[in-house]
Amino acid sequence: MSMKEITAFTAVQLAEKIKGREISVVEATQAALEQIDQTEGLINSYVTVDREGALHQAQEVQEKLDQNILASPLAGVPVAIKDNMCTAGMLTTCSSKILENFVPTYTAEAVQNLVNAGAVIIGKTNMDEFAMGSTTETSAFGITKNPRNFAHVPGGSSGGSCAAVAAQECFYALGSDTGGSIRQPSSFCGVTGLKPTYGTVSRYGLIAYGSSLDQIGPIAKDVTDCAAVLEAIASYDKKDSTSIIRRDTDFTSALVDDVKGMKIGIPRDYLGEGLGPEVKAAVLAAAKALEEKGALIEEFDLSLVEYAIPAYYVIACAEASSNLARFDGVKYGYRTKASEGLHQMYKKSRSEGFGPEVKRRIMLGSFVLSSGYYDAYYLKALRTKALIKQAFDRAFQKFDLILGPTAPTTAPEIGSSLRDPLKMYLGDIYTISVNLAGLPAISLPCGTDSKGLPIGLQLIGDCFQEKKIIQAAYTYEQG
Amino acid sequence: MSKDYETVIGLEVHVELATKTKIFCGCSTAFGGAPNTHTCPVCTGMPGSLPVLNKQVVEHAIAVGLATNCSITRYCKFDRKNYFYPDNPQNYQISQLYLPICRNGSVEIETSSGKKSIGIHEIHMEEDAGKLIHDEWEDCSLVDFNRSGVPLIEIVSEPDMRSAEEVIAYLDKLRMIIQYLGASDCKLNEGSMRADVNLSVREAGASQFGTRTEMKNLNSFKAIARAIEAEKNRQIDLIESGEAVIQETRRWDDAKEYSYAMRSKEDAQDYRYFPEPDLVPVEISDAWIQKIQSRQPEMRTEKQERYKSEYGLPDYDAEILTSSKYLADLFEATAKLCQSPKKVSNWLMGETMRLLKEREMDPEDIHFSPANLAKLISLTEDGSLNSTVAKEVFEKIFQEDIDPVAYVESHGLKTVNDEGALRSAAQQAIQDNPKSVEDYRNGKEKAIGFLVGQTMKAMKGKANPGMVNQILKELLKK
Repeated sequence: MSMKEITAFTAVQLAEKIKGREISVVEATQAALEQIDQTEGLINSYVTVDREGALHQAQEVQEKLDQNILASPLAGVPVAIKDNMCTAGMLTTCSSKILENFVPTYTAEAVQNLVNAGAVIIGKTNMDEFAMGSTTETSAFGITKNPRNFAHVPGGSSGGSCAAVAAQECFYALGSDTGGSIRQPSSFCGVTGLKPTYGTVSRYGLIAYGSSLDQIGPIAKDVTDCAAVLEAIASYDKKDSTSIIRRDTDFTSALVDDVKGMKIGIPRDYLGEGLGPEVKAAVLAAAKALEEKGALIEEFDLSLVEYAIPAYYVIACAEASSNLARFDGVKYGYRTKASEGLHQMYKKSRSEGFGPEVKRRIMLGSFVLSSGYYDAYYLKALRTKALIKQAFDRAFQKFDLILGPTAPTTAPEIGSSLRDPLKMYLGDIYTISVNLAGLPAISLPCGTDSKGLPIGLQLIGDCFQEKKIIQAAYTYEQG
Repeated sequence: MSKDYETVIGLEVHVELATKTKIFCGCSTAFGGAPNTHTCPVCTGMPGSLPVLNKQVVEHAIAVGLATNCSITRYCKFDRKNYFYPDNPQNYQISQLYLPICRNGSVEIETSSGKKSIGIHEIHMEEDAGKLIHDEWEDCSLVDFNRSGVPLIEIVSEPDMRSAEEVIAYLDKLRMIIQYLGASDCKLNEGSMRADVNLSVREAGASQFGTRTEMKNLNSFKAIARAIEAEKNRQIDLIESGEAVIQETRRWDDAKEYSYAMRSKEDAQDYRYFPEPDLVPVEISDAWIQKIQSRQPEMRTEKQERYKSEYGLPDYDAEILTSSKYLADLFEATAKLCQSPKKVSNWLMGETMRLLKEREMDPEDIHFSPANLAKLISLTEDGSLNSTVAKEVFEKIFQEDIDPVAYVESHGLKTVNDEGALRSAAQQAIQDNPKSVEDYRNGKEKAIGFLVGQTMKAMKGKANPGMVNQILKELLKK
């Protein structure tokens, strides 16, 4: 089998070939590495490619498969990990200069779950610095390009993971989603990405951006892979106090081609000003397709949509300003070359180590937590968050799922977003409220625009309703 | 000093809780240990690590709250206190600001001017920081994170104290309660109990409080008393000379008996407190509180009553022995071994207290074993040791926890009960002191004391004084 044929497989397909001894784990790993050799120069999906480690791991996994001591459905399939998840012994940078030399001593729980299931880690993917951004342009290690069109961004912050999947440089990847960081780049790169209910996947070892919003999820070629990967990474973890005990994590059982009677709401608020006409047409066509398969589609008013972005930036930045305080040049990471005294060492290390978008958010977060502003900004944002959750609760009394676009546009051209950060922030309008409410949501491809850039369809479920999302997304995907 | 001034004092007391593991990870809380050996990704602030609350910490905090008449907050939360310092690995401390676990309590103290209730504003849980070690030689600082994440409670009093005496009484009371609960060993010298003193002065009768200062680095009760005296005088001097007291944090140097300003209110940091998103709120049920209440150990008053009924001790003994949990534990352990509780009590109240005072030690610094004290008591009971020698042996026990049986043997200290030897020594004393013999025979019975002394001296102190007395009387009758 040619390398190209191998890299074209989905994760689940490849796992079956590996189990059937048609492809060895080493061959699969080599295929991914070869693809990386061919395309990385153009795309730059990875911060670190661990060739030796991956091939060594592949050998080990193959041995376990040969001894029949590894039965997991994804055993032997090479995966790429977003560079904000700790991997013991492997560089973990958050695409920041301040962690340019940071090698963790432990592995994130979600990654460990994959390792236990026989995954082969190919490397660590590029991202917006500390997951702050929507384009993967704020990385300290260069821009990642959209594999569909190199003049465009892949989205972000999990842009490297989505580009690696789209460019077949891995079979699936892990991303993290704080305000849309899995779904929006999945939409821009034409892949499928799922953000689970908050608490479903352990955050232990995920370098925090906004702790109350962060969630790890799968990025893959299709819905089947997303369900299989989520099944593998979801776990109750005593090391994460916000982790939830769930007994319904058999997500692949929801891969059923049937939406008859499913009630799906489309928020009118999501179809108004700012939404690109081609995106709107594609999303409504997708709704139509689901309707034809038996779903009951209805438009409704979700309300409060315009408050989600300010509330999100206040909460996420407040948490980030505290979460990122530990990067100070004392214990690990970058320390300024020359400084006099502790105060200057802190100041210079952080000034030189963080990029402008991270600094902007740390300053914003520090400001809203300052005495005299806490009530006016932070508390108000928390109240807004609670109201947004209530608005979703009301919607889910009526609907099984909410359908809409993932992003208002397709991928913008490289360089066009950072000039106007406020406009960039507005691009998160459809994804952010999902994080504020802790809900699960998926983005899957629903066509392309006139330039051939992918458009993403977003399906949002109530808390713990990933299975409904998977079922509807799978049904749509089957056509 | 022309006017009368009143001193107003409130205390912030930090107590390290006696849990085996840290507040947010499984690392050991043991004191000492090679630097950075009791650490993990959580207590060293590694990226991606997350805190998990140690339930034992909550239970200790509730127990202290119940014993100090606090109301327990049923829905309590942790908050982050943000500040940069290298001993604080995350550059924020997980503490409680908005919903502390205990509020509105009080303890009763007793001083020379009678009984008084001191209010407790709140008790909150938090994590301790690491330790910075400044290497003057290499001109650098090193961090030891062994203490990072050790659980603390901070007990914040109301400004209800008016003198150093009241402060010491309050601290003594808190220490006793917490030790009785087993929630902490409360050792000031090891830092497991630390007190910051907030102090202001005002003219007697004034309704408004004066401007207060906060005093840090107080490592003993004596230092606290000295610092209070000095700060009170410093503030009065300022006021008398027409200057203003500045609200600031000061550091006490006990060797120089002087404090200096660390930071003023103007450069007070904005800690940017906000709810800790990595921890879920702690919900405390009635059932949980009842369970902790039912497990509360015997407190001082109950113990005092039991000592009187079970061991037949007088009021005075029961009071002294229960003044410290360590002393009470030592008493009970020793009494169990030697069946003479009153004698155990005598040794603890007499010699032990004398030596503690002489050496400026606290009862928790006692390190001799109950077994050795029990052995000493049985040596005195069977007449093997007279009381003078026994006191010497006890000092050795107190200092080095020696085994008295072996010690007495190897040093030849055993009382001589050989009647022949005693009789000849007594005979000699009679011969050498005809004046005393005459006095005695003339009815001056006290004169025999001198003869006993002489006989004892001849026996190098190792005689049984009762026996010597008896023999002398017998010989003098002749």
